[in-house]
Amino acid sequence: MHELSITQHILDIVTKHAQRANAERVIAINLVVGELTGFVDDSIQFYFDMLSPNTLAAGARLSIRRVPARVRCSDCGKEFGPQGCRWLCPRCHTIGGAVVSGREFLVESIEVE
Amino acid sequence: MKVSVVQDILSANDQLAMQNRELFDKHDICVINLMASPGSGKTSLILRTIDALRSQLRIGVIEGDIASTVDADRVAAKSVPVVQINTGGQCHLDAPMIQRALKQLPLADLDLILIENVGNLVCPVAFGLGEDLKVMLASAPEGDDKPYKYPGIFLAVDAVVINKVDLLPYLRFDVAAFRELVRGMNPDVRLFEVSCDTGEGIEEWTAWVSQERAKRLHGS
Repeated sequence: MHELSITQHILDIVTKHAQRANAERVIAINLVVGELTGFVDDSIQFYFDMLSPNTLAAGARLSIRRVPARVRCSDCGKEFGPQGCRWLCPRCHTIGGAVVSGREFLVESIEVE
Repeated sequence: MKVSVVQDILSANDQLAMQNRELFDKHDICVINLMASPGSGKTSLILRTIDALRSQLRIGVIEGDIASTVDADRVAAKSVPVVQINTGGQCHLDAPMIQRALKQLPLADLDLILIENVGNLVCPVAFGLGEDLKVMLASAPEGDDKPYKYPGIFLAVDAVVINKVDLLPYLRFDVAAFRELVRGMNPDVRLFEVSCDTGEGIEEWTAWVSQERAKRLHGS
């Protein structure tokens, strides 16, 4: 259910920009999805197939670029990729830090004709 | 032709959340978004919080559920203003729903609003409501491995309340390991251990709520 309303948001953004560009149809939609957002590609695709018919985006190719999680150590400042939930700095072994990437959730661009 | 968009997918929700935020600021209301699995004790924590704080704060409640008014009825029995939102299947509350619900609350007469989100550990995290604080309730019978399975919520919250600690003698829930795991992901998080049944630990939790409310009021 989560991805249903999310996918509706995606469609709203895409059709708004396609209309602005006077497009006849949308060929491709490029999304950026961070690893920490918890959104599932297949599920977005499933709801997209359900919601997109009879819109400008009907039949468009959905392409999702995943962004891995990166954390900056709160002590020594090293950036690292957390291993599961153990957010342990590989250099100074401090636990935790600020999220640098992995929370992205964007419509980056669309291809229209 | 390629059209650059670069728009956050949740921007429509976030804009309305900002409007809610402005309304809360105008009325000096502190708002807590309470998120948890079904059956973890969200309504019980709200009832305990009302009992403990009602002498010092004027409290309102928004209850989010897929269906029914069971929870709102329990809150209404305490004679505090309550609005029930039935999401009709949607697994989380969003900013537009809160905006509508706020029209039914006497905002000028409130200091604290407790929002009970739909029982779910995934979806509510993504939808900001304009709240001051996000709080997660994790009950001991659910197990101590939740942070492994649902990192998103543990990263997003200001506090985690471990409920049903009166059952710990009968469960395999390692409180120390759970605390270490949560702190490792979110070093600034506050952790509380409570039992909404016996009342254990409730005082520490409500003291924090009261402090946070005071902090926001004085803009510090």
